[in-house]
Formats: sequence, C-alpha cells, structure tokens
Amino acid sequence: MPQIVVENLVKTFRVAERKAGTWGALKGLFHRRYRTVRALDGISFTMEAGELVGYIGPNGAGKSTTVKVLSGILIPDSGRCLVMGRIPWKERTAHVAEIGVVFGQRTQLWWDLPVIESFELLREIYRIPRREYLQTRDELVAMMRLEPLLDTPVRQLSLGQRMRCDLAAAFLHRPKLLFLDEPTIGLDAASKLAVRDYIKRLNRQGVSVILTTHDMDDIEALCRRILLINRGRILFDGALEALRAQVSRERQLVILLAHEETWVEDPDAQVLRRNGHHLTLRFDPARISAAELIARITARYEIRDLYVENPPIEEIVAQIYEEEAP
Amino acid sequence: MSAYVALFKARLRMGLQYRAAALAGFGTQLFWGLIRLMIFDAFFRSSMTPQPITYQQTVDYLWLTQALLLILPMRLEGEIQQMIRTGAVAYELARPTDLYWFWFFRSWAGRTASILLRAGPLYLIAWLFFGLKAPPSWASAGAFLLSLFGASALGCALTTLMTISLLWTISGEGISRLLNILAYVFSGSVVPLPFYPPWAQRVLNFLPFGGLMDTPFRLYSGHIPPQACWAAIGQQFAWTVALILLGRWILARGLKRLVVQGG
Repeated sequence: MPQIVVENLVKTFRVAERKAGTWGALKGLFHRRYRTVRALDGISFTMEAGELVGYIGPNGAGKSTTVKVLSGILIPDSGRCLVMGRIPWKERTAHVAEIGVVFGQRTQLWWDLPVIESFELLREIYRIPRREYLQTRDELVAMMRLEPLLDTPVRQLSLGQRMRCDLAAAFLHRPKLLFLDEPTIGLDAASKLAVRDYIKRLNRQGVSVILTTHDMDDIEALCRRILLINRGRILFDGALEALRAQVSRERQLVILLAHEETWVEDPDAQVLRRNGHHLTLRFDPARISAAELIARITARYEIRDLYVENPPIEEIVAQIYEEEAP
Repeated sequence: MSAYVALFKARLRMGLQYRAAALAGFGTQLFWGLIRLMIFDAFFRSSMTPQPITYQQTVDYLWLTQALLLILPMRLEGEIQQMIRTGAVAYELARPTDLYWFWFFRSWAGRTASILLRAGPLYLIAWLFFGLKAPPSWASAGAFLLSLFGASALGCALTTLMTISLLWTISGEGISRLLNILAYVFSGSVVPLPFYPPWAQRVLNFLPFGGLMDTPFRLYSGHIPPQACWAAIGQQFAWTVALILLGRWILARGLKRLVVQGG
C-alpha cells in the first residue's frame, strides 16, 4: 500500500471581505460579506515510501494547505486521506510522532533557548530514548555543521543557520516522512546547497520527502517526480522531463561569438536573446539535431565557445501558470 | 509526562534570566505594599468597632498579596500569543502531545519562574522590616503551602483559558483586561475579602477568584483555622478541574475551526 493516499481532498476557507476606505469599514459593521476560497478543489495523488516529491505551484495554489492537511493540522471539508495507514487529523498525536515538518517561514525552535536545549526539549516531547537521540543528534550536527551554533540562542542565529537547525530538529525523532514547506526560502546560495544536500542524504536513507518550493533549482537538484498544483487542482503529476516535454521540446544553443557585431542567421533556429558576445538561439530538435545545427553554425561563423541547454524550468512553469491564469 | 517537566524546567531557566524585570517588580510591589499598609493602619486606628479580621492578619494578608501578585491571571502567555498571530502555532499541532497540557505547563512554568523570583525577596524584606509574621502554627503553614499550590494551578487554568480565547480573537487584549480586573478585585488583592459585606462575601466565596489569594492568605494567618482547610482547598481544586475541563472543550472546538494561513 502506498505511504500516502489522497483522494478528492477539498478544503475551503471563508474570507471576510470589505470595501476599501472608511465607508467600506462602516458597511462591514452591519453587513459582512464573505467570499469562499477553495484552497483545495479535489486533490488526488498517491506516494510510495522512499519517494522525493517536489510540490510546486504559484503563491496561493494550495501547497501549504495540502501539507497542513497531510500533517494533521487542518481538517479538510471532504475527501479521503491516509498517511501511513492513518487519517492524520483523527489520530493526530500518533500520526505526528512519525512525521517531521518544517515550515520555512517559521521556526520550531524556542526563541530564547540555545539550540541544544531546544533539541533536548524535542527529545522529551517525542520520547526519544537517550542513546538513540545522541546518535541521531551527533549525526545531524556533523551533517549540517551545527557544532558552533549549538550554544547560541535561536534569536541570534542568521536565517541560514536557523534553517539548518530547524531541519535537524525536524529529524531528531527519525520520522519516516518529512514535509518540508519552502525550506530554502530566503537562504543564500551556500545554505541552499547545504539544505539540498541534507534532503538528498535523508532521502537516500529511505525517508520520504514532500518538498514544496518556489525554487526550481531545488526541484532540478532533488526531485524525480513533481506535482504541479494551481488553484487547488493538480495540473501535472510525473517526472520533470515529462513536464518539459509536455510544454515544449525546444532546446537552446548558447554561443559565445568572437566578434560582437557578427550577425547570426539560420533557417531552423530563432534568436532568443542577444547580450554582447553571448547569443542564445532556440531550435526544435525534431526539425534539426543539435549536432547538425552546431556544425552549420561553426562552419559559417567565428565562434569562441558554445553549449546546448534545456530551457530553464522556471520558464516552463511560468508558461503553465500563465496558461492557467483566470 | 517528562516532556511537560522538561518544558517546565526550560521555562524556569528562561524566566530566571529576566533579572531586571524581577527587580523592577520587586520595587513596585514593595512601594505599593507600604502605601496599602499605611491605609489599613489608619483604618484600624480610626475604627472603634471590632473588625472581621485582626490587624496582624490584615498585615500578613497585604504583604502576601504583594509578594504573590503574579499568581493572578495577569497577562496572556506571550509566546503562545505570538505563535497564534504568526501562524507558528502549526508547529504546536505537529507535536505528539496533548495541546491543552502543553500550553498549561508552558504557562505554569513561565508564571512560576516569575513568582519565585519576586516572592522570596519580598517576603523576606516584609518579614524583617514591615510587620509580616510567620504563620501561627506548622499546621497553618502546611495548609498555606498546599493551598498556594492550588492557587497557582487555578491561576494557570484561568491563564490557559485566556490563551485559548486567542484562537478566536487573535489579540486577546479585551478578554485579558476583563479577567485581569475581575481577578484583581474579587481575589481580595485590593481589599481583603473578609472586609466585604456579608451578602457580597457569599457571592465572592463561591467565585473561583477567592481561591487565587484569599484562601491561601487566610490559611496562612490562621483566619481560616487549619482544620477547616480541606473545604477551602477542595473548592480551589473543584474550580481548577472545572476550568481545565472547560478549557479543553473550548480548545477542541477552536481547533476544528482553526485556519493556519500562508506560508
């Protein structure tokens, strides 16, 4: 049986609305208008143990709501949801003992306590046997290089440091399933790499991960499977390559010209961008193979360097978001 | 259970960091204590009729009120208030613990820390210089300590109830102000409850607020004799249990309609 089964999950929120300005506020006193927002509009998917799934979608798509339902925090209006054989919100306590969560914009550490004391508290809360705890903790401290941070109160940590500690905290009780809600938000490049490395390592140990993010580099670096959601519905479920193929098969050829003023033209490729010596062409590999195009270009123009690449996943995803926009 | 104990210890250590706040609180309580002492001193000197409570018992009552003022449900649990406002409360629900007890012990720990810091020094100063006497008997002292424990649990049940109301109001200012004033007046912190007219006392003795200050302080000075302590402590206990049950029920309802936005 899959580790997660979600069928037709629906969750609506009621949002109070009022018109702008004093008059709107006064009117709101007597007659309040509500708007119903369908945060989840019939979501279905399954996930096997050990998978690492990227959950992507624009802001307000319903990603966080899904994660909160799956982790037992929110109760959906209708639909079926089984995580490791349990209904999360019905058996919340038993359920959350086996999962780990990170909400990237918030911390689960105690603001005024040194990191190590937060860890100790979590040990008590999850009733982790001391030996097991020390082993996991030392492993995590080594993996995330937390040693110098352990005695610092959380409020004095930088965002990147805090996130590393938060991720370690989510795994102290060795959950089988991790929900990571935007764990790389606001992090610098080095911290992002550390976080990705950590996620990859845990996943290799057999931990399933659901990762929501806006950072497509996270997705490319980590996820074989992605779920793309918008306005409460799943638009795509499958491999990153399949998504790419579904949207467009185009490839891009980036050329570094010897002379800036060279004018490049080819019947099977269009100029996409021109930036000094750099020129980006796009072409359809079904019409012309990359090798043939390169041969033609290098024969005709003076080229210093060139390489072929896929269009950035960002562009693909943005294209889907736009097609779907109301 | 050990999770709650650990939480308690961590909060206690955290609370002990705030020395400046404790010192300022100590000064304020001492100052107000002296003013109130003078007022009641004048009252006893000018009054010819016998009072329902002796001068010495009143002095003890006043100083204990000053020393233990923080037993009253004065303010919301700041940490939880912030979590509810920012949505970090989601993490609280992602813990394999009973949320009510988690919050109860969190605020009990925080409150006990601040009470311990202020009560000891003030008690000592009042005992050395300002007329506070030790309890008349060991039995009275024992009954007082037991009832003090009850008062602290009762105050915490009230605070937790206020905290839970945040799930509806977000800011909680209104409810905490209201409860604050009710508790302040009806616990005997302004005027000791024995001075109220008999009809008012009947109501006040029934309400939970007397259990916060009046009960332990009258047991201390022997105004309630130690052999009568069980009824008084029993009432504290009954109110504590009732408020805990009420809090759990409201919390369960609050969680059903909980919306954790954003992120």
